[in-house]
Amino acid sequence: MATLISKETIAPQFTRYVLECEPIARKHRAGQFVMVLIHDHGERIPLTIADSDAEAGTITLVVQAVGKTTMEMELLEPGAEIQVAGPLGTPTHVERVGTCVCIGGGAGIAPLYPIAKAMKNAENHIISILGGRTKELVIMREEMEAVSDEMIYTTDDGSFGRKGLVTHALNDLIEERGKPDMVIAIGPAIMMKFVAEMTRPHEIPTIVSLNSIMIDGTGMCGGCRVGLGTETKFVCVDGPEFDGHKVDFDLLMKRQRTFVEQEEEARRRFEEQHRCRAMEGAEVS
Amino acid sequence: MAEKLKPAERLKIPRHPMPAQDPVERRSNFSEVALGYTPEMAMEEAQRCLECKKPHCIDGCPVGIDIPAFIVEVREGRFDKALEIIKQTNTLPAICGRVCPQEDQCEQVCVVGNKYKPVAIGRLERFVADIELTGGTVSMPAAAEKTGYKVAIIGSGPAGLACAAELARMGHDVTIFEALHKPGGVLVYGIPEFRLPKSIVQYEIDNLKKMGVEIRCNYVIGKIATVRELMEEWGYDAVFIGTGAGLPYFMGIPGENYIGVLSANEFLTRVNLMKGYNFPEYDTPVQVGRRVAVVGSGNVAMDCLRTAMRLGSEHVICLYRRTRAESPARLEELEHAEEEGIDFRWLTSPVEVLGNDDGMVTGVRVIKMELGEPDASGRRRPVPIEGSEYEIEVDEVIMAIGQGPNPLVTQTTEGLELNRWGNIVADEETMATSIPGVFAGGDIVTGAATVILAMGAGKKAACGIDGFLRKKREAVPGASAAAV
Ligand SMILES: Cc1cc2nc3c(=O)[nH]c(=O)nc-3n(C[C@H](O)[C@H](O)[C@H](O)COP(=O)(O)OP(=O)(O)OC[C@H]3O[C@@H](n4cnc5c(N)ncnc54)[C@H](O)[C@@H]3O)c2cc1C
Ligand SMILES: Cc1cc2nc3c(=O)[nH]c(=O)nc-3n(C[C@H](O)[C@H](O)[C@H](O)COP(=O)(O)OP(=O)(O)OC[C@H]3O[C@@H](n4cnc5c(N)ncnc54)[C@H](O)[C@@H]3O)c2cc1C
Ligand code: SF4
Ligand code: SF4
Ligand code: FES
Repeated sequence: MATLISKETIAPQFTRYVLECEPIARKHRAGQFVMVLIHDHGERIPLTIADSDAEAGTITLVVQAVGKTTMEMELLEPGAEIQVAGPLGTPTHVERVGTCVCIGGGAGIAPLYPIAKAMKNAENHIISILGGRTKELVIMREEMEAVSDEMIYTTDDGSFGRKGLVTHALNDLIEERGKPDMVIAIGPAIMMKFVAEMTRPHEIPTIVSLNSIMIDGTGMCGGCRVGLGTETKFVCVDGPEFDGHKVDFDLLMKRQRTFVEQEEEARRRFEEQHRCRAMEGAEVS
Repeated sequence: MAEKLKPAERLKIPRHPMPAQDPVERRSNFSEVALGYTPEMAMEEAQRCLECKKPHCIDGCPVGIDIPAFIVEVREGRFDKALEIIKQTNTLPAICGRVCPQEDQCEQVCVVGNKYKPVAIGRLERFVADIELTGGTVSMPAAAEKTGYKVAIIGSGPAGLACAAELARMGHDVTIFEALHKPGGVLVYGIPEFRLPKSIVQYEIDNLKKMGVEIRCNYVIGKIATVRELMEEWGYDAVFIGTGAGLPYFMGIPGENYIGVLSANEFLTRVNLMKGYNFPEYDTPVQVGRRVAVVGSGNVAMDCLRTAMRLGSEHVICLYRRTRAESPARLEELEHAEEEGIDFRWLTSPVEVLGNDDGMVTGVRVIKMELGEPDASGRRRPVPIEGSEYEIEVDEVIMAIGQGPNPLVTQTTEGLELNRWGNIVADEETMATSIPGVFAGGDIVTGAATVILAMGAGKKAACGIDGFLRKKREAVPGASAAAV
């Protein structure tokens, strides 16, 4: 059980939640996530612990509302009790490597932040490349700036930073300054795939964090499995971080689409019900 | 009261069949299939027991229920008394009466079975237990005086539940830590509603809570705290590990990661734990193939086959590399599955899962087998018949070929002795592990086994733990933990 302490909209579709759950806050290490269930009829969904405060006994989640569960989560009010299990997954292997390029795209910036922070604390030189469709969707800029030595921003529409994709920025960086010691990329699967393709010929160690569909998050169902070279791994226990050069991204992307129809239906139903309720409310007032 | 019949007369009574839902009807609902005996049927079935002087049936029961004693009470209509006798050794009779593989245990060795069909011990046990559930008198076991010792139980499957009940009765403070959001282990996430109604499991869990047992869900031990931390920082005097065999095995054949290939655990968890059959009423979706193949033929496979059927699959196929005779499923489940129209392909094993460009399953290529020499398990080894491969069109494949131990706890517990399969090594009498104060039982020790064996192990471990705690107290002369 965890209690919602506060929530705050930080960008269109993005909400930051602070939850009180002391044992998880105390144990959390960078790279770990929790499984969240917001009510009895709900779905268990994995969310990265974006930050934690052991003293206050709180964890922070930064969530993009993309479907039924994450939209419904936005309706929670402070004081709400939800079920949270964690901290799950294998923590990031943090060590001093030298220069580390941290690449985040969209909702991937949330899981990237605790890792960048840990790598910074391990005395690495952090160059962060953050990208989004448009300026407002490049989230957590202040937090990321605080743990980065250099910042590069990209937007698809050129409304902020340079126009283009994070991979363009990475390409230029490698060309101008030579290869970094490590790249960590978290974002949509397609972004991570292209980052890995770019670093492969340079043999730059590249870590990616995978977001496969999960149910239990404890290694019990195998639904989260992913192809890694010739092996099959469970993202929830063996990951979520893996060697980007070994991940079968095409398979990951296909498997992520397993339930598109049901997800679409659930979201549509939720939005309809919700719109009805909003309209009823409007009539009363 | 029923008159006492002579043995010859008793043997003339045929074994009472279990009343069951009509096969056609039940194929599309999740209500319980076996409906249970009426009091009349139970009392008559009880007449069939010969009250043997040396009752073999007791030896066949892993927890040694005094079977003839409880059956006599049933015959006489004293159902409460019968329940009391059963409860002396079995804390979860409503569950065991439903899911025990009786034909391999108590009923296998019943002497009546030598010539006729054995006494329906399991059905009688279920009948008696159900009386309590439907409002009979419940005698809560009187708890002993509090000892002040704290015991942590990891996992809330039958092993953990039985261990908790026993320890609470002995007066210890018990906390169960469960990784999932609902307690019950396989009884809740694995075995479907139509075989074991969840209200029964809930009833037993509520009883435990009434006895003062605290259940903390969403606690993944190994992650939120290690076993050592439970003892050194969280203040537990002893720990019981009952984490089960939850790690799903896959076959390692090509195409196994296509969309539509899933483990039995994933399929059953989505349906049972998350109530996926009620989507979109419940949020968790579940894939339902038009044509489904399930690989394996144990209880887990039967549950998948029959669940797929109930979710509306048109054609459900069982692929098993041996024959019906070697199928490890409970006989009743196998028969029910046959009645429900499952297409059994014995001596058939998949060699490859086929898929399309979108990564979706389109079929499975199988090979026919024949039985060769007996293997280590004593069963004749299936050998592929060369050139016998053929393809079956399916859009979903469920792997029900077994489970191993989940390493979350074992890998984070330094000094814990494991065998080569990753199961915990525990003393057969006390269930003590290689770490003082740490005990283990159930599937995590034996590998995937049965509910009754897990329960029995949980109870044994409770005695082992009690002994350990008493020694601990003796080591500090004159001091009881409560006084500290
Ligand atoms: C380890 C991990 C960490 C994550 N951390 C974050 C985070 O910090 N912030 C954030 O916004 N999102 C995060 N996600 C993604 C988040 O879990 C999904 O956005 C969420 O489950 C969507 O649920 P929904 O019902 O709102 O949307 P749906 O409409 O159900 O799904 C939208 C998309 O989300 C994915 N998804 C759906 N169900 C699941 C599931 N049970 N498990 C995983 N993915 C699913 C699918 O690819 C789907 O296409 C993380 C995912 C993983 C695996
Ligand atoms: C589908 C299916 C059908 C079956 N049918 C039958 C049948 O008809 N008859 C029969 O006798 N047997 C049957 N079995 C086998 C039987 O259910 C098991 O042998 C029995 O449940 C084992 O009990 P257990 O307590 O050892 O483990 P489980 O029941 O597996 O319970 C273990 C519990 O520990 C929890 N856990 C695991 N890791 C952690 C952790 N790190 N921290 C906290 N909690 C954790 C799990 O979530 C789970 O709740 C079936 C099994 C399955 C899967
Ligand atoms: S617990 Fe199982 S084995 Fe023992 S008597 Fe009951 S049904 Fe038979
Ligand atoms: S072996 Fe059969 S007949 Fe004999 S006591 Fe047991 S149940 Fe009754
Ligand atoms: S989510 Fe079930 S094994 Fe990873």
